[in-house]
Amino acid sequence: MVGFHVPALAQDAAHPELNAWVLIQPDETVIIRIARSEMGQGTLTGLAQLVAEELECDWARVKTEYPTPGQNLARNRVWKSFSTGGSQGVRGSNDYVRVGGAAARLMLVQAAADEWKVPTAECTVAKGVITHKPSGRSTSYGKVAAAAAKLAPPADVKLKDPRDWTLAGKPMKRLDTRGKLDGSQIYGMDLHMPGMLNAAIRDCPVFGGKVKSFDASSIAAKPGVKKVLQVGDSAVAVVADTWWRAKTALEALNIVWDEGPNAQTSSADVASMLKAGLDADDAVAFNSKGDAHAALKGVAHKVEAVYSCPHQNHATMEVMNATARWTPERCEVWTPTQNGDAALAATAEAAGLPPAQCEVYKLHLGGGFGRRGATHDWVHQAVAIAKTMPGTPVKLIWTREEDMQHGRYHPVTQCKLTAGLDAQGKLTALHMRISGQSILAALFPQNIKNGVDPAVFQGLNPGGTEGALGYAVPNLLVDHAMRNPPVPPGFWRGVNLNQNAIYLECFIDEVAHAAKRDPLALRRELLAGSPKHLAVLNAVAEKAGWDKPAPKGRHRGLAQIMGFGSYVAACAEISVNAKTGELKIHRIVAATDPGHAVNPQQIQAQVEGSFVYGLSAALFGECTLKNGRIEQSNFSDYPVVRMEHMPAVETIVMPSGGFWGGVGEPTIAVAAPAVLNAIFAATGKRIRDLPLSKHSLKA
Amino acid sequence: MVQLNVNGRLRDCDAEGDTPLLWVLREQLGLTGTKYGCGIAQCGACTVHIDGQPTRSCVRPLSSLSSKEKIVTIEGLSADATHAVQKAWNELDVPQCGFCQSGMIMAAAALLKAKPRPTDADIDAAMTNICRCGTYNRVRAAIHLAAGQLQRKSIAITIQTEGGAA
Repeated sequence: MVGFHVPALAQDAAHPELNAWVLIQPDETVIIRIARSEMGQGTLTGLAQLVAEELECDWARVKTEYPTPGQNLARNRVWKSFSTGGSQGVRGSNDYVRVGGAAARLMLVQAAADEWKVPTAECTVAKGVITHKPSGRSTSYGKVAAAAAKLAPPADVKLKDPRDWTLAGKPMKRLDTRGKLDGSQIYGMDLHMPGMLNAAIRDCPVFGGKVKSFDASSIAAKPGVKKVLQVGDSAVAVVADTWWRAKTALEALNIVWDEGPNAQTSSADVASMLKAGLDADDAVAFNSKGDAHAALKGVAHKVEAVYSCPHQNHATMEVMNATARWTPERCEVWTPTQNGDAALAATAEAAGLPPAQCEVYKLHLGGGFGRRGATHDWVHQAVAIAKTMPGTPVKLIWTREEDMQHGRYHPVTQCKLTAGLDAQGKLTALHMRISGQSILAALFPQNIKNGVDPAVFQGLNPGGTEGALGYAVPNLLVDHAMRNPPVPPGFWRGVNLNQNAIYLECFIDEVAHAAKRDPLALRRELLAGSPKHLAVLNAVAEKAGWDKPAPKGRHRGLAQIMGFGSYVAACAEISVNAKTGELKIHRIVAATDPGHAVNPQQIQAQVEGSFVYGLSAALFGECTLKNGRIEQSNFSDYPVVRMEHMPAVETIVMPSGGFWGGVGEPTIAVAAPAVLNAIFAATGKRIRDLPLSKHSLKA
Repeated sequence: MVQLNVNGRLRDCDAEGDTPLLWVLREQLGLTGTKYGCGIAQCGACTVHIDGQPTRSCVRPLSSLSSKEKIVTIEGLSADATHAVQKAWNELDVPQCGFCQSGMIMAAAALLKAKPRPTDADIDAAMTNICRCGTYNRVRAAIHLAAGQLQRKSIAITIQTEGGAA
């Protein structure tokens, strides 16, 4: 679908589009435009299914294309948002893309009816064929497309009831698999164009530091080296004929850094700062009911615990990269991005040109997970380099080490939870004090009102459609003491739902244990007023056989939460070797209610995939700070889940209808707490300071 | 100048001796299907076959190779994605973002050559490639599916031979 040179959208005077979303070629090819970014999560196929459902075309004829952000700008944002994050890709655009498909269908039918001089009401459509039953005539979309494109868009477009879907809602095969099987799918670092040069870069490893000096002449004569240059305040790049030559030359360059104000900061300093926030007076509340402070003073029984979760790197398989070509009139960038609009804005800013003179060609992402959406730091770098070599395309690729040490990290937090139980063991009060880093403070400070960063409270909201706390507690206080260390934060798949689910669901298990209640029974009681939260929890408990004993040597743990508009739960079944302390996760039963399910087999893939991402963090992952630098450099010291760690996953997709919840992120949050709760059941050990690898599970 | 045998053809490679095979393939030969994921043989995205053995090409210097070794990359695994592994991957929609999958497919193909009916333990031991999208369970299922197809093929061949067909 996308080569190194992206042609103008497949349309011309002879083959006009029906609308921004649909173009049908005379050979019956159906081109569906996709504004969001495919990064493996299946959104490309899902959105195409929604359009094709309303369009009633032949699915076998469907191809997709990405409009560019420049085209979006030129056409007054006719494709609306390109942003792909927050699990919004399908739920955020489903209505208007379906309207696009339906409108195109109506125009095609109208064109056929006009040609036949019959009422449209007498025409039916199926799989791109329009039939006029009374006269027995039929025609195909490709034959009437040109005439249809001349018609005015219909005013009144009705969408199908999802219960009548025949294509959406079905486990269709992905549209983008084939190229990934034989090496033909082009990713950013694969790009090649005539005259292209390659660049490697090193940004100051100490956050907030700058370049002090370097001797370009010391490496200028190395094979293939064309240029050695400073980029911005804090980085040095080498441009060469091949990337390997650029990278090895750069490695040989001695760069003297001005390490700046954070050169002495370590993870221990960050932890102290966060710990102080657990009892500080400057916290802001987001969810409060009754009077938790007062209630906790008088309770019969208190349960209290402190949890902590570290920084995480996205560790996309494909490292950061972009190709840029700058001239005084125009700047073009080819890059994987989760947000074409933001990439265009970054390009224009770095190029010093108006956006109308810039363009970004979206390439297929080798993973996003949030790294390639909110900040386009690598695009800024690529353009800055290209600007020094007008007319020459420069492909910038980061090393894995650079990628590991210049991430936009999942924020570091701690949480102190205090629960009050009355004499009957009922939970009457809960205080959750989150102390830690705010992503919005670094990236979107304008979204912080009265000191409240709403993103901190994902899954703990007082109500609403995004992530409401399911538990009914008469005296509740969820508050946040903002503490920002000098590590740049970003949105990491699942964002704050990850640690909030660990904090909440592991602690509720502690409460159950203290009250001598079964963890499922206690949750059921507390979720009595939250039927959708309860439904997914019950679904996993039933499938996992919670009411029956686990197989010998195995133990179970539960978790549930609501996030990104969907309700999710998991039951993990594990065993621990008492002698070696080795953990084996045998099986996780998962349930998700996303309201509507566009492609159930892709949802299943997302559930499994999200578990791998979340469990990597819970079991192994941490990015630690020493002398202002991230200590981890590669997969050797930032281990991740591999095949051998992977449990069997049984996914229950249970869309209850009536709302649109996300898919890419919500389930990530429940695997870790379910596993941690199972570990307690197996060993009596409560793991509160993540990752698990810091602790021994030996008896 | 070194000559390498890549996907059945002798190719001229002009690069320094310490250039890893990965980058010779990608930059001198334009074969970009083999990917860079880590550079230290941790992730497997760079897996190729050298004389049938799965090899992480990011740590294999050009100076260690000659035209004698038969190098096969993802591009040369089959014509038109017809290898049993590729067909199984297609049937089960294994790839998500796909970046790790060239290496994953090459590792799986090598495993099935060595062990036509791998157990789950065999798969755990051989398939150490990293996938951040988390496709592991589908990879495992697709390997079993491909093994089954290979079994059927070899059974068919056996029957034909026993039947005395040429």
